[in-house]
Amino acid sequence: MRDAAVIGFAEAPNVRSTDGTTNGVEMLVPIFREVFEQTGLTKSDIGFWCSGSSDYLAGRAFSFVSAVDAIGAFPPVMESHVEMDGAFALYEAWVKVLTGEADIALAYGFGKSSAGDLRRVLALQLDPYVMAPLWPDSVALAALQARLGLDQGLWTERGMAEVAVRSRAAAMSNSRAQLAGQVTADELLAGPFLADPLRAHDCAPVTDGAAVVIIAAADRARELCARPAWISGFEHRIDSGQLGARDLTRSASAASAFAAAGPGAIDVAELHAPFTHQELILRGALGLADEVRVSPSGGALAGNPMFAAGLARIGHAARQIISGAAGRVLGHATSGPALQQNLVCVMEAR
Amino acid sequence: MTAQPAAPLSAPLEISFDYTRSLGPVLSQFMTGLAQRTILGSRSADGRVYAPPAEYDPVTFSPPADLVPVGPAGTVLTWSWQPEPREGQPLGRPFAWALIRLDGADTAMLHAVDAGSASQMSTGMRVQPRWAANPAGHITDIECFEPAGAESATGASGRAAGGQDAAVPGAENDAVTMMTTPVRLHYQHSASAEESRYLRALREGKLIGQRCPACGKVYIPPRGACPVDGVPTTTDVELPDTGIVTTFCVVNVPFQGQRVPSPYVAASVLLDGADIAFQHLVLGCEPAEVRMGMRVRAVWKPPGEWGTTSENISHFEPTGEPDAPYDSYARHL
Repeated sequence: MRDAAVIGFAEAPNVRSTDGTTNGVEMLVPIFREVFEQTGLTKSDIGFWCSGSSDYLAGRAFSFVSAVDAIGAFPPVMESHVEMDGAFALYEAWVKVLTGEADIALAYGFGKSSAGDLRRVLALQLDPYVMAPLWPDSVALAALQARLGLDQGLWTERGMAEVAVRSRAAAMSNSRAQLAGQVTADELLAGPFLADPLRAHDCAPVTDGAAVVIIAAADRARELCARPAWISGFEHRIDSGQLGARDLTRSASAASAFAAAGPGAIDVAELHAPFTHQELILRGALGLADEVRVSPSGGALAGNPMFAAGLARIGHAARQIISGAAGRVLGHATSGPALQQNLVCVMEAR
Repeated sequence: MTAQPAAPLSAPLEISFDYTRSLGPVLSQFMTGLAQRTILGSRSADGRVYAPPAEYDPVTFSPPADLVPVGPAGTVLTWSWQPEPREGQPLGRPFAWALIRLDGADTAMLHAVDAGSASQMSTGMRVQPRWAANPAGHITDIECFEPAGAESATGASGRAAGGQDAAVPGAENDAVTMMTTPVRLHYQHSASAEESRYLRALREGKLIGQRCPACGKVYIPPRGACPVDGVPTTTDVELPDTGIVTTFCVVNVPFQGQRVPSPYVAASVLLDGADIAFQHLVLGCEPAEVRMGMRVRAVWKPPGEWGTTSENISHFEPTGEPDAPYDSYARHL
């Protein structure tokens, strides 16, 4: 099998709400243009397209079909869709390139999280028999996980606040971030609980956004990019859907995904942690050394467009290779409640 | 200076439907138990008891050996506070979410705890279920949990203490095999800037399409992205309310929500000067008279009824002009 590398990435501004449609074309058209300018490609160079989005988020059936208009999909193109984060769409695109069905593939994800009540909409991703009918609040479920670690002394409210402080400071260098700035843990800890024991700073904001990543097979990647981000491992794993039947203070699936993708020293890890304590869980599960730079983009706490934020993490990680700032990086995406699903993409310079 | 374009139109959109699900053997027993005010867990081959039951053991992947009663009281392993309850949640006043390990179980169940305030909650506290007045074989038969020892709101404390009660509805060996969960979601649905331009013009009785700057095709309604070129349509093109039927079907089957008595014709109508047809009704003649290439004209509702909606046009009707030749619309089929 041949190799593939990330050669381009763009993301829409992460914002609390847009006045665009839920099919995402207003966010996608400009970032497709941006990633084509970056790579010198045109739509006719793309052999396979794959999107990640959600009809529940959009409040309409087959919302991804309208999004295909942003491709300019005539004459017909080879196209697919996952009802998941765009990171999982990238996985499908990667398989298409490895198996020789496409030389260049483009994955995108988009979400207008502001269209509905996100904290209710996300209840529909839960077990439909014993959990979803109770309409659990997505922030409350994360709060159950946070308290388990607090009670066991695995992390502290101050440690969680420090994650938010680092995220917002890092995001000052990311022009597309939603939340950025210099704050202190003391300032954050003075705020009220949103869902005890979580405060607002512990939770990713509600974000509208979109992201796009282009990958290419070995020969094309070298032609198109001076320093491609070679994908050396790409794995995803899932934990039980029974929230009360697994140890929520750890992430067995993130650990096993990284073990399969090729563990070892990395320079940068872009983590899709929508809650502060989840970054701490992931650091442990992935065994990240203290010197690893974690989420220099600000991560999901600085902007969490549903169905795009995981793909954006991989894009930001790849950008560290492409720019020459790092030699080996990790992009991570999650889905489901309390880090139920985890995907790890390891990339390196060659 | 050009005027700031008006913000795109948007409107509330509510989606509601019932999820009706079959339960399968394990969850059927669990829900049947709830209808009888009993909570069952599943015992795996290794002796671990899952409550709620696992259809398949997440470690060994085997179906459970058997189902056993657990609880009904249990211990809070972790909790969070819901200061403002949301639609559909178990309680209408502030409450706690908790993972509760029922006595005799090795795993925890998610449910609400009616504790009054966060200060009444603590990890390790003991809770007991409060049963709904009319259990029906649904997870909401447990209305919520409450601190152990509380006077149960449903009265008869013997029920909350567990055990079967012959007087409980559904206790007559009727296995619960299905469950229905109503879903209601609320959105603010937005039209695109281009669609908004079209809808606002409709309110004035005008049909505004837009031209793609790349391929020159005229779309009505205009689009946020030309499906050929992936760029928004731009230049306004006012179109007449006359056109042709490119293709059509005769609707003979009545369906829920039908507004026009069947049989009637739903047709693709290509306005003169447009490159894309849209679907509308063709009335004013016998369905058998409708044909491909037939010339039609819009029949508008009275201007007083116009809004930002395609429904301003009631339907299309034949003009009586000669049919358009097939070659003139073949590329639009």
